[in-house]
Amino acid sequence: MLELIQQIVNGLSLGAIYALIALGYTMVYGIIKLINFAHGDIMMVGGFVGFFSLTLLGTNILVAMLVAMLVCAILGVLIEKIAYRPLRTSTRIAALITAIGVSLFLEYTTIFALGPAQKIFPDSAFPLKAYDIAGLSILNKDVFVVVSAVVLMLVLQYIIKWTKTGKAMRAVSLDQEAAVLMGISVDKTISVTFAIGSALAAAAGVMYGVYYSTVNPLMGIIPGLKAFVAAVLGGIGIVPGAMVGGFVIGLLETMVSGYGNSLYRDAVAFGVLILILLIKPTGLFGKDTGEKV
Amino acid sequence: MQKNNKAIRFGLDVLILAALFTLVQYLITTGLLNQYYQINLTSMCINIILAVSLNLINGFTGQLSLGHAGFMAMGAYASVIMTQMWDQPFILGLLAACVVAGLGGFIIGVPTLRLKGDYLAIATLALGEIIRVTLQNIDYVNGPAGILGITKMTTWPWLFGATVFTIVVVVNLINSSYGRAIISVREDEVASELMGVNTTKYKVIAFVIGAMFAGLAGAMYAHFFYIIKPETFNFLKSFDILVMVVLGGLGSTTGAIIAAIFITILTAALQSFPAIRMILYALILIIVMVYRPQGLMGNKELSRRTFGRIWGGQK
Amino acid sequence: MSTIMEIKNLEKSFGGLSAVLNFNFHLEQNELVGLIGPNGAGKTTIFNLITGVYKPDQGNIIFNGENIEGMAPHVICTRGIARTFQNIRLFNDLTVLDNVKIAAHKNVPYSFMSAILRTPSFFKGEELIEKEALGYLEIFKLDDKKDELARNMPYGEQRRLEIARAMATKPTMLILDEPAAGMNPQETRELMNLIAQIRHDFQLSILLIEHDMSLVMGVCERIYVLDYGQVIAEGKPEEIRSNKKVIEAYLGEEVE
Repeated sequence: MLELIQQIVNGLSLGAIYALIALGYTMVYGIIKLINFAHGDIMMVGGFVGFFSLTLLGTNILVAMLVAMLVCAILGVLIEKIAYRPLRTSTRIAALITAIGVSLFLEYTTIFALGPAQKIFPDSAFPLKAYDIAGLSILNKDVFVVVSAVVLMLVLQYIIKWTKTGKAMRAVSLDQEAAVLMGISVDKTISVTFAIGSALAAAAGVMYGVYYSTVNPLMGIIPGLKAFVAAVLGGIGIVPGAMVGGFVIGLLETMVSGYGNSLYRDAVAFGVLILILLIKPTGLFGKDTGEKV
Repeated sequence: MQKNNKAIRFGLDVLILAALFTLVQYLITTGLLNQYYQINLTSMCINIILAVSLNLINGFTGQLSLGHAGFMAMGAYASVIMTQMWDQPFILGLLAACVVAGLGGFIIGVPTLRLKGDYLAIATLALGEIIRVTLQNIDYVNGPAGILGITKMTTWPWLFGATVFTIVVVVNLINSSYGRAIISVREDEVASELMGVNTTKYKVIAFVIGAMFAGLAGAMYAHFFYIIKPETFNFLKSFDILVMVVLGGLGSTTGAIIAAIFITILTAALQSFPAIRMILYALILIIVMVYRPQGLMGNKELSRRTFGRIWGGQK
Repeated sequence: MSTIMEIKNLEKSFGGLSAVLNFNFHLEQNELVGLIGPNGAGKTTIFNLITGVYKPDQGNIIFNGENIEGMAPHVICTRGIARTFQNIRLFNDLTVLDNVKIAAHKNVPYSFMSAILRTPSFFKGEELIEKEALGYLEIFKLDDKKDELARNMPYGEQRRLEIARAMATKPTMLILDEPAAGMNPQETRELMNLIAQIRHDFQLSILLIEHDMSLVMGVCERIYVLDYGQVIAEGKPEEIRSNKKVIEAYLGEEVE
């Protein structure tokens, strides 16, 4: 029983990271119907920026996270402007191919500039402490990750529900043409969406660095793919769905790894993806809207 | 009169191919084409087969498949099991590769080809990875360590034959009613269905044929490069092939061939700089999609007419 | 006159919203029937149900004595129903001629292997397909544009090509979804003549959706009026013109 709860705690931390990344996927898809392949790599850039903030600027972990979020927000907006905006009227396949290009670009430019080896997060950034609660060993790492993630998600919910920007985001994702007629700047709204999504991914990247103590140029690929599965699981385009999906995938993965065969750990997410796509592609919270002929 | 023309054209084609074959064979036998060039020539032909076959799926049928390397893996492993573990001749290995990969294409295709656009792309990507992970966990083929010391059976005649075979089948298929049906699926699936085309059937057909040839390429690869590992056939390999098809033009076999040749040369030139090569691939994908989404050739082909115009200097 | 199509109690909802309810309909051999109604009334949904794009929740569609509801679209095509679309759905990157050749594929006169191996039956078959397709283009006066890409054709000719393509599938029933959309009065008149001509020459039964009242009242022998997914009136043009419910729901002003 204790073992199970321990696994659940681990699963929640992992799930929190996936959820933050999944939110970016789902928001971007909701607004421009694009699977931003490069999103996982933005998480990676965030992790690296956090790393350099800690080591070069000597900041503490929270500031590092904020710096990473800021840098990646800008990066996300730039990518959208340069690579995705020109393709807004093209086929989705064209946009997807471009996104793959952006993803490769981020990965290999990082490798080219910084070398392929991983960078180790300094211990001083986050001195490990373990709390003994009712026989469970809960690391302050886990607390940090889960609490920060929940805080960020609450902030996001606030933005979406209560601010004008949030309303604009919802409007554009429902009906772009109508939003324009209502005086909403579609370009600006899309940029903001990318900024927020990228910032969340950056936070996840820093958390990843704290959690695993390392960052490497290809670290965004697998978590990115899993977070994408989480977004699809929850219903792509649906924000609460991404949050739920992230935690579900995190828990599932931890369970399989802990109780089953850890060799197939990565395959869990892929398997879930195939199942969802075949059984209910609109996800847990998605609605079925037929194609207009 | 018409029949004579056809016979003449066919004869000319055969002559040109025979000349090309003999020339290269001569260069190889006399040692004028050294090891380095032979390696690149082999890679070139394998890339041509991969690009032409992926183009059938992505370009002509309009179904974005990102798991082509998975089929290459299936063919590679099937052929190696046949020739190395069961001691069968190369031709059986090639046959096994085509059959296994084709079957894989069918099993994967039928459920996933129901999905549209980006969902299909992601599904094929995931399935390609599942194939890789599965191979990594099968002890019979040494899991992640892979199979080493594969007998070199891919010689120039086999290579030439396989490449020509692939190109001829794809071109003949496309320039027929079946090809038109396949293209109509890309152009407008709903309209195509309502014209009496069983779109699911043709998507699967294109997928299976594409997978078959990828398997063939895999077999050729395995029996030239001595070693195969699951890692060789990961999604980065699938992206390699995608870059060729995008660059050449989604929907042009000629484009796929030209791009495959170009990418092979690029890879050789940048051998010591793998990161730069990938950055270039990334830039190719982005720049082509943003500025010239039809790629080099669009959906045009270099045909006899074009050659005739160039030679004859006519308008 | 025999009934070529009968629809009984057709129903279709999307996510709880009823799009078509209690739809009953019949089409006689060689009749030209119109389906009108305000936007969103469910007209295109009915077309999609007939052609198999959607499966009905309830009801029967009987074509030449056979229940076709729930059949796949490509199968329904082989039964002899063809249609055109509200927003033109041509194969844009194919030539005008190739667009029409697709119609021949359901009865392709050579096998898959023949195509790959380039046997004599392939060449003979291709000649046949080409001749037939050119024939249809000639009827619709598009043969001089046969090698043009469909996307490069002017709008009116694109609409004509869509009809030509549909006719090339050799249907006994033709469904036209707003064929006159975007046309000026002159083009509309030419279209009316074309429809009358092919109806006569090919002994077609035609069902058509249109908003252009002059076209509808001019050519249709019978009209069904749809509103909110249900039939609110049915009858000859004169009857419809003066039907209070129809005027309320839809016409609003006098029709000439």
